[in-house]
Amino acid sequence: MTTTAPAREPAVRKDPPGAARGPRRRPGRLRRVTLPYLLLLPALILELLVHLVPMVIGVVMSFKELTQFYIRDWGTAPWSGLDNYKVSVDFDAPVGEALLHSFLVTVVFTLLSVALCWLIGTAAALCMQDTFRGRGLLRALFLVPYALPVYAAVITWVFMFQHDNGLVNHVLHDQLHLTEGRSFWLIGDNSFFALLTVSVWKGWPFAFLIVMAGLQNIPKELYEAAALDGAGMWQRVRRITLPSLRPVNQVLVLVLFLWTFNDFNTPFVLFGRGAPRAADLISVHIYEASFVTWNFGTGSAMSVLLLLFLLVVTGVYLALTSRERTGRRARTGPRRTEERADV
Amino acid sequence: MRRTRVAAAAAVTVSLLTAVTACGGGSSTSGGSDDSPKTLTYWASNQGASIQVDKKVLQPELDKFEKQTGIKVKLEVVPWSDLLNRILTATTSGQGPDVLNIGNTWSASLQATGALLPWDAKNLAKIGGKDRFVDSALGSTGAEGKDPAAVPLYSMSYALYYNKQIFADAGISQPPATWEELVADGKKIKAKGKNPLGAEGANLSENIHHVFVFAKQHGADFFTADGKPDFTNDKAVAAVKQYVDLMAKDKAIPAGNAEYAQNQSVSDFAKGKTAMLLWQSAAANLKSQGMAEDAYGVAPVPVQSGTPGTGTQVNSMVAGINMAVFKNTHNLDGATSFVKFMTSDAEQKVLNKAYSSIPPVKAAQSDPAFNSGATAVLKQTLATSAAALPQVADESQFETTVGTAVKELFADAAGGRSVTTASVKAKLDKAQQQMPKK
Repeated sequence: MTTTAPAREPAVRKDPPGAARGPRRRPGRLRRVTLPYLLLLPALILELLVHLVPMVIGVVMSFKELTQFYIRDWGTAPWSGLDNYKVSVDFDAPVGEALLHSFLVTVVFTLLSVALCWLIGTAAALCMQDTFRGRGLLRALFLVPYALPVYAAVITWVFMFQHDNGLVNHVLHDQLHLTEGRSFWLIGDNSFFALLTVSVWKGWPFAFLIVMAGLQNIPKELYEAAALDGAGMWQRVRRITLPSLRPVNQVLVLVLFLWTFNDFNTPFVLFGRGAPRAADLISVHIYEASFVTWNFGTGSAMSVLLLLFLLVVTGVYLALTSRERTGRRARTGPRRTEERADV
Repeated sequence: MRRTRVAAAAAVTVSLLTAVTACGGGSSTSGGSDDSPKTLTYWASNQGASIQVDKKVLQPELDKFEKQTGIKVKLEVVPWSDLLNRILTATTSGQGPDVLNIGNTWSASLQATGALLPWDAKNLAKIGGKDRFVDSALGSTGAEGKDPAAVPLYSMSYALYYNKQIFADAGISQPPATWEELVADGKKIKAKGKNPLGAEGANLSENIHHVFVFAKQHGADFFTADGKPDFTNDKAVAAVKQYVDLMAKDKAIPAGNAEYAQNQSVSDFAKGKTAMLLWQSAAANLKSQGMAEDAYGVAPVPVQSGTPGTGTQVNSMVAGINMAVFKNTHNLDGATSFVKFMTSDAEQKVLNKAYSSIPPVKAAQSDPAFNSGATAVLKQTLATSAAALPQVADESQFETTVGTAVKELFADAAGGRSVTTASVKAKLDKAQQQMPKK
């Protein structure tokens, strides 16, 4: 655009000012305006096909009584209005109560998992910031959990968490004598911690990777200047590293949140059908509600509610973090001089 | 230049749009056809120790069928964990196999979807008629009063497998015939440092099979006569409690079994860690795990008192595999003749011997292989003291909800929490509330 514009300018100027000018240019402008959209169209249609159409179908399904009697030709399933939603949010009845419980478990689990993933990932990335012998090897090693196929990794954890001859009980009970008896990890209340462990183990390398990449973009001079001013390690992390990583963290935390909240593979491989109540994550819960009890309408209604919740969370999060960022940018100038004076 | 670009974009758009509408075509609701008479797709369930074993067993038979009819059968052995989901997906999309195996307890549920070809008198006549099959097996082929949704292929029943050596060491001369005896024997076995009884506490289907039998022995049913769930009646609660108490109170089932769902209890038994196991047709499985056939004995599953029979003396569900034809098949005639082939006397003998199951075909049962040792016990149970699981459309949901309730009760027992009549009733009540409302 910028290269063609100046070349065209003189040609226009030569034209005598008159009625012919407008109409002659219009087809070209029309083409220029429409062509980008035309070129976008295939991508748009694919996007519609892959994302939006199934979503719309899901929403439609949530208003139908789609049970085993109708799945063969689900166009014939009767409309049920808001019944599926009513069942889902009737928290006094078992179905709604179970959904609410599963939702709360998922929220607590996700917050803990994201916090731990971020903390461990950032700490590891900071430790790996300076070059030392074997850094490359360690970095590669840290990324292994992220690179392993989920199923293989989680099934290994299932073996380790077994009650009778699992590695975890062997270490905790037989060797360290930390627990009174062998604990159950795959059933009962401990299953929450088993799930959290696997989730963090699987998720932190991603945080590590992203933070590591973010760290490369912080100018060395900032640290050098800070060092000259006598800033210690902790001050450098707090005043330079973390503020510089803010945009990276903003995306990282959001992505980790959405992935963890929606994670299906980890709980499903870990617990199979009928997850323990303490670790009944919402994605598996909805799967059970639709696939196992063959009531796809209620399952869809639950999915739509989940989608709405995640939309709200994402929207609020983005609004808050971007407002905070613009606010901070406005304040940066004066604050920096203040800091100088402090040091 | 630009015009061609616009034209190209338009062409891509149009072709994509046609793709969209083609996708929208979806399922047809019409019946089967004979569009491709020379091929068949067959989804077999996993009957042997592994999928490889199944392929080895089935492929030669499929080759035989191809030689006889010229129809090539494409075999896929589907693991149990996937089979029901695969069938549901096939039902929804209309794209599925021509012939498939189903767990016989799913018959009524799948029948309700309308995805399977009904075996009316005309279709049954093509495979030799209803009378060729054993009654108990036919009782698990669909809801009462409707044409069967499938025909029986393999039959199985539960039996008590016991380790002869452990029994001898504990001074037990014969296998327990009642639950009371089993619990008493369990104490002797525990004194010798072995676990009395194995169970799959986290396997929903296994849980259902056992509590169903206990319910029968208590004179209870989980469904009313008109097919409504009735999980919380006192007898059903007592039945579930008796099963879970084998771990919670009697300590016959070790706490660790509460998390078993991948047949670990069979491995434990094969390795001589547990003395007893309630299982269906375990012979082939035990053999593949290296347990010699003379190391264990097979006895009928215990009852409350007396000897196994009908009514409250039932000691097994009618377990088994049915064979169904997918309604949307492209080779209806071929599919029917394949079912005829697989249920023929000769094939029934070959297949059921390979899987240590019982042929549901009367004529094949006379083979001496099915009348000796362990198989004779299974056959006797099937013939005299086995009952079919409720043939209602909500059977799958029943398995999930009540199976999960029992799993949670086992988890409570394993975690040292008390299992009381009230706690059992509360769990069953929650299960019942989650059943579909009609």
